Amino acid sequence: MSTTSTTQTLHNNASIERPRSGTWDGGNEPFKASYGKLMMWFFLLSDAFTFAAFLTTYGLMRHRHLAFTGDHKDFVFSTAYWPIPDKVFNSFPGLHGMDLPLAFVALMTMILIFSSVTMVLAVEAGHRMDKADVQKWLLWTLLFGATFVSCQAWEWSHFIAGTDEGTKMLDGTIFHGANLQMNQYGPVLFADLFFFITGFHGTHVFSGLVLLTYCFIATTNGTFEKRGHYEMVEKVGLYWHFVDLVWVFVFTFFYLV
Amino acid sequence: MAHHATDHTQPTGEIQKPVTGWIWKTFFVLVGITALEFAVTFIMDPSTLRNSILIVLTIFKAFFIVAEFMHLKHETKGLIWTILVPMALLVWLMVALITEGSAIGEAIYNAFK
Repeated sequence: MSTTSTTQTLHNNASIERPRSGTWDGGNEPFKASYGKLMMWFFLLSDAFTFAAFLTTYGLMRHRHLAFTGDHKDFVFSTAYWPIPDKVFNSFPGLHGMDLPLAFVALMTMILIFSSVTMVLAVEAGHRMDKADVQKWLLWTLLFGATFVSCQAWEWSHFIAGTDEGTKMLDGTIFHGANLQMNQYGPVLFADLFFFITGFHGTHVFSGLVLLTYCFIATTNGTFEKRGHYEMVEKVGLYWHFVDLVWVFVFTFFYLV
Repeated sequence: MAHHATDHTQPTGEIQKPVTGWIWKTFFVLVGITALEFAVTFIMDPSTLRNSILIVLTIFKAFFIVAEFMHLKHETKGLIWTILVPMALLVWLMVALITEGSAIGEAIYNAFK
């Protein structure tokens, strides 16, 4: 009883002349972050839900299908079990017919991590109000980002075209590559999830490139310099790192595990 | 007036020298963990242990990206928890539905036996 009344007294102390001024009473920033940055964080959180839904679906579907139990070197494509990723993703542009498990995806991962580094460098340059440095690092980030999307385009076209040998399907015909109804690598859902997960991620990278292009133009025009801060670069940076973060998970759950 | 991070910005005039040591350190950590992931994938045979190691390494990588590159480590505690708690619930969702997937698979294969 006494505790309750004490709390009430504390609250009743506030008046028009002396308003409450606690952390959550308004008029200040409890998270000490600007509106724009906070909203970017909450958007990214909601985007994380979407990607988590995709990856959870992948996990569910993978466990719903049988796993290949034989020896790794005896693996052949079949719709009867889920394929081993390093048997599917083993090609490299310009090196036709060679078995290079996960080499290309390793390169793509490195490119994306590197683009994240150049992005932090751009944000760091923005804190110092160094216009030339911001421009330089934004251009590098754009270059690496565009390279990543191009790599993904190659990966997709190779996945769709398939291998020279193809796989004998249940109806006895040889099928090469993949579409949403049929694929030579394994169960139908394997290709579907590949298209949806890497496609959704690729779309995010593309959106990031659009935002980076805007940032580069605005930096060059001196918009941020006149504004007195490069917070927009920081917010786009948060988005860009998130895209890298998603790739870290896609990489593990789709290509490694 | 828009509020923004004024603690780093400074009036126009002299431009400070860049401080990038921590960025490159984080970069080498990320590259190192990625290399380790590849090593684990090719050295070990597929098993629950291998997958667990890979997932733990992935979470390490995610920590460095979010804490350092996205600067979350240096934000207020309230913001850190606001982001982390929903993510923890997603891990629960994932574990639950993967278990569910095994159950559905078993039910289907047993039905056609």
